[in-house]
Amino acid sequence: MDPTFKIHGLSAFYGAKEVLKGININILPNSVTAIIGPSGCGKSTFIRSLNRINDLILNFHTAGKVFYHNQDIYAKDVDVFDLRRRIGMVFQKPNPFPKSIYDNIAYGLRIHDFTTREMIDEIVQKSLKKAALWDEVKDSLKQNALTLSGGQQQRLCIARTLAIEPEVILFDEPCSALDPISTAKIEELIHQLKQNYTIIIVTHNMQQAARVSDYAGFFLLGELIEFDKTEVIFKAPKDKRTEDYITGRFG
Amino acid sequence: MNNPALSKINSSFVRKSGVNRRLDSGFRILGIASTAFGLVVLLVLIIDIFLDGADRIKWDFFVSFPSRKPELAGILSAWVGTVWIMVLTALIALPLGIGAGIYLEEYARKNYLTNFIEINIANLAGVPSVIYGLLGLGLFVRYFNLDRSVLAGGLTLALLILPVIILSTREALRAIPSSIREASYALGATKWQTVQHQLFPAALGNIMTGVILAMSRAAGETAPLITIGALTYIAFLPQSPVAFSGGFPFIHFSLQGLFDPFTVLPIQIFNWVSRPQKGFFADAAAGIIVLLGLTLIMNAIAILLRHHYQKKVRW
Repeated sequence: MDPTFKIHGLSAFYGAKEVLKGININILPNSVTAIIGPSGCGKSTFIRSLNRINDLILNFHTAGKVFYHNQDIYAKDVDVFDLRRRIGMVFQKPNPFPKSIYDNIAYGLRIHDFTTREMIDEIVQKSLKKAALWDEVKDSLKQNALTLSGGQQQRLCIARTLAIEPEVILFDEPCSALDPISTAKIEELIHQLKQNYTIIIVTHNMQQAARVSDYAGFFLLGELIEFDKTEVIFKAPKDKRTEDYITGRFG
Repeated sequence: MNNPALSKINSSFVRKSGVNRRLDSGFRILGIASTAFGLVVLLVLIIDIFLDGADRIKWDFFVSFPSRKPELAGILSAWVGTVWIMVLTALIALPLGIGAGIYLEEYARKNYLTNFIEINIANLAGVPSVIYGLLGLGLFVRYFNLDRSVLAGGLTLALLILPVIILSTREALRAIPSSIREASYALGATKWQTVQHQLFPAALGNIMTGVILAMSRAAGETAPLITIGALTYIAFLPQSPVAFSGGFPFIHFSLQGLFDPFTVLPIQIFNWVSRPQKGFFADAAAGIIVLLGLTLIMNAIAILLRHHYQKKVRW
């Protein structure tokens, strides 16, 4: 299978500080890849480099290559807006727009030139269903999204991402602000989405990584220590440091 | 541990020393006194002005031109002039100020140049208004030959409030959490789409609050307009921008009024106060009541707007 991402020697810097050091990974389509590691190991920086959302941060720059379907995403001629449409992202803290539930989803469609009312209505409904939120909000689509609970807001953010039909979805610790029930719902969702999307998830929670992912990468101090099938990482890690982290000896 | 106040074992509470308690209540009294002082002075001023001028607040006062006889004098030319100047100032300063604020906050690269600009805009907000008057006199009145016209006055006041509008636009944008920007960009939105659909609507409440406060300051400005030579005695109005007539096409638009001379409320008040006759004193007081009412209304709108938007947007 042709990998979705081929990452060759990706390094990332905030000013002079190197936070990622020569990362090499291939990400396969229709799989869930978990990125684990202690705080400050660069896992969020890594995932935020894949849709170039970190370009917004002052003094951030990268070295090395990130190929998305054989296209270097840091090349000069890349349309970063189209790139971000195709590589969706769900953030750590639910961040719905201070607008209605409907408009939160419609916004992504309108900026990508979906204009007819019927089309938008249909996609809004379809996306909310895919994100398992439709039944809870179908009678209150005009309500402000900020009135939803944290877990509902996060599923709305997922629906918003699904609406513009990306190929990849990046999850940056999507459950760290949620209670266990909402977390379970999101994990179930990730499991379903795997059929149609390539998923990369950063998580602090190792049980979560073990539950949802097919592949797992362990980051430590900006380096990729080990990358393998999830069961190998959790049952028979090759590196001592991975084993120490998995078994809770540090981090 | 010798200090009994820090002892954990001693079960009785230790009273603060007498000096500390006296300082505490002393400061409280001082605070109440200074608050009361400000309020009392304001109240006395307002009551005094109302006693002097309330009698003159009649319909005739609003529809009469100034006159040599104080009992016939009115503020028609002054309030019409103020409306002209305010509208013009807003039309010039709003797009420029909000545009510059958005550019500096969202688009400009953060480097030495933008830093330099930022510091200077903050400085400009603190420059005395009479200096803007001198700039207006040199630039608009003399160099561009606009004479002592409505246009020159509006441009001068626009310059005066521009820094305040730029600053409040930037503050309003900065108050929006970066997660909203990230959410929008992560959906593939361009900078302009993000500004247009997310940032500007979210910032609008705070921007408008700043704008109205700046405008109400401009409404009370006298010095810069006197400096550019606004007249203190005017018995005619700038030509109306809209005129109706009996014949086709019935309605006429004209911008000729921009080039007419004008006066504004504070200048009219200033003029009356400097007259020796007692009657003009009442006119001045009545003018002050109108001006106070105007700024009060504008400030109230600003507060309502802020309240309205704060209720609507909570992150």
